[in-house]
Amino acid sequence: MSGVRVLVGTRKGAFILTSDGTRKRWKVDGPHFAGWEIYHMNASPADPDRLYASQTSSWFGQVLQRSNNGGKKWDPVGNEFAYDGVTGTHQFYDGKPHPWEFKRVWHLEPSLHDPDTVYAGVEDAALFRTTDGGTSWHEISGLRKHGSGSQWQPGAGGMGLHTILLDPQNPKRIFIAISAAGVFRTDDGGETWKAANHGLNSRYLPDPNAEVGYCVHRLAMHPSRPNTLFMQLHWNVMRSDDGAESWQLISGNLPSDFGFPVTVHAHEPETVYVVPIKSDSEHYPPKGKLRVYRSRSGGTEWEPLTKGLPQRNCYVNVLRDAMAVDSLESCGVYFGTTGGQVYMSPDSGDSWKPIVRDLPAVLSVEVQTLS
Amino acid sequence: MIRVVLPYHLRTLAKVGAEIEVVVEGEVTQRSVVDAIEARFPMLRGTIRDHSTRERRPFLRFFACEEDLSHESPTTPLPAAVAAGREPFMIVGAIAGG
Repeated sequence: MSGVRVLVGTRKGAFILTSDGTRKRWKVDGPHFAGWEIYHMNASPADPDRLYASQTSSWFGQVLQRSNNGGKKWDPVGNEFAYDGVTGTHQFYDGKPHPWEFKRVWHLEPSLHDPDTVYAGVEDAALFRTTDGGTSWHEISGLRKHGSGSQWQPGAGGMGLHTILLDPQNPKRIFIAISAAGVFRTDDGGETWKAANHGLNSRYLPDPNAEVGYCVHRLAMHPSRPNTLFMQLHWNVMRSDDGAESWQLISGNLPSDFGFPVTVHAHEPETVYVVPIKSDSEHYPPKGKLRVYRSRSGGTEWEPLTKGLPQRNCYVNVLRDAMAVDSLESCGVYFGTTGGQVYMSPDSGDSWKPIVRDLPAVLSVEVQTLS
Repeated sequence: MIRVVLPYHLRTLAKVGAEIEVVVEGEVTQRSVVDAIEARFPMLRGTIRDHSTRERRPFLRFFACEEDLSHESPTTPLPAAVAAGREPFMIVGAIAGG
C-alpha cells in the first residue's frame, strides 16, 4: 500500500511524519538531532530510504547527516565545504567587498538517478556536490566565478543558495537561485552559468535591467514541463516558459505579492500554490488569516484556500523551503509554519488539517510518496 | 591519557558520555588535544574549530584547572595537571542565545 513520509526540519531538530495512503492517521518520529537547527532534509528519488539532513548550529557549525534506512538510523558524513581556488569577494550589506565565508548548508538536492550524488546550496552562496554519499563535497565553482559574483549581496537572512532544480529531461541543465543575487542556469552540468533574471523587477534596484541583485525567494518546476518555472520573488510572483530566459508577472489578484514558498501540483502543471505574507516588514499573513492561494491557470487568477486554516489571530510565517506536495492520486499539499504547525491537505488544497501543532519553528518540509 | 569534557551537543554527535579520553603524542597543547579528539572522533571535525583556519569556534571556550584558556595560543602547553590526566580539558559552549 502506498504511503507518505514528510521530512520536517525545525529550529530545534528534525521530525519525520508518516502515514499510509489515506493520510488520516500520522506517526510522529523525533526529534532527531534535538536542539540543532535542521535547515533541510531531503530524500533520494533513486533510493527512497536514502535521506540527507543539514544540521547546523551557531556554536558547532555544520554537520551533514545521512540515513540509509528511511530515517531510523543516522550517521554523520563529511562536513567540510571548502571554496575552490581563490575565494574572492562579494558585496556585503554596506556595499563593500567581503570575502566568501562558509556558514551553513541551506538546501540539499539529491540527484534524480544516483543516491550517492547530492547537490548542496550553501551560505555564502555557492553550489557543492558530493558523489560519494556525502563523504566529501566539492564546489561547482563555475557558478561563483560567474562574472557577476563580486556584485552579489546578502538578503536579510544571509547570502544563501536556496533553490536547486534539476531538469529531469536534460541532465546537463540545472537552475539555482540565490538571495539576493537571482537565478542562474547551467546547460553544461555546471561548468558555465548564465544569469537568468530578465523580466524581474525589484523596486529597490536603481538599474531596472540589472543582471543580478534580485531577492528571489523560491523557484518551482513541474517535472513534466522543465522549461516552465514559477518564482516567488521578494515582491511579485513570476513565471517563465522559456527556461528562465525571461520572466512574466503573475501576481494578479493576490492580497500581497510578498511571500516565500511556491510549489506546483503533482499532476496539474498549471496549478500553483503560494502563501502571501503581508510584507517584508511584518512577515505574517494579511489580516491574521492564514491562507494558501491556488491558481489553476498558471498564475494571475488566484483563489484563497481557507478551510481548516486559522482565519483569525494567526501571525506565523511560512518559510521558503517549507512547502511541498505528494504525488498520490489526490495530490496532497503540505506546509510548515514558524509557529510549529505542519498542515496538510489531502485534496489539492480544498481543505486542511494540522498533522502536528506544536513543533519548533519549521524551516523546511519535504514529502516522499512511498509505494 | 588526556581527559576531555565535551559539551552536550558534541557528546550526542559523537555518541559518547560526558568525559572522553584521548592519547596525545608529544607536547600537550590545545592543538594537539583537539587533533587527537578529531582523529578519534572524525564526526567532530569542524565542530570545535574551523576546518580551514583551525581556529576555535567563536561560541566555544576552553577551560582547565579553573582557568579560561580560550585566548591562549593553540601551541601553549596545557597545565601539568591536564597533561598528567588529573584534571580534564573542558570544551564549553558559550552561554548565548536561547
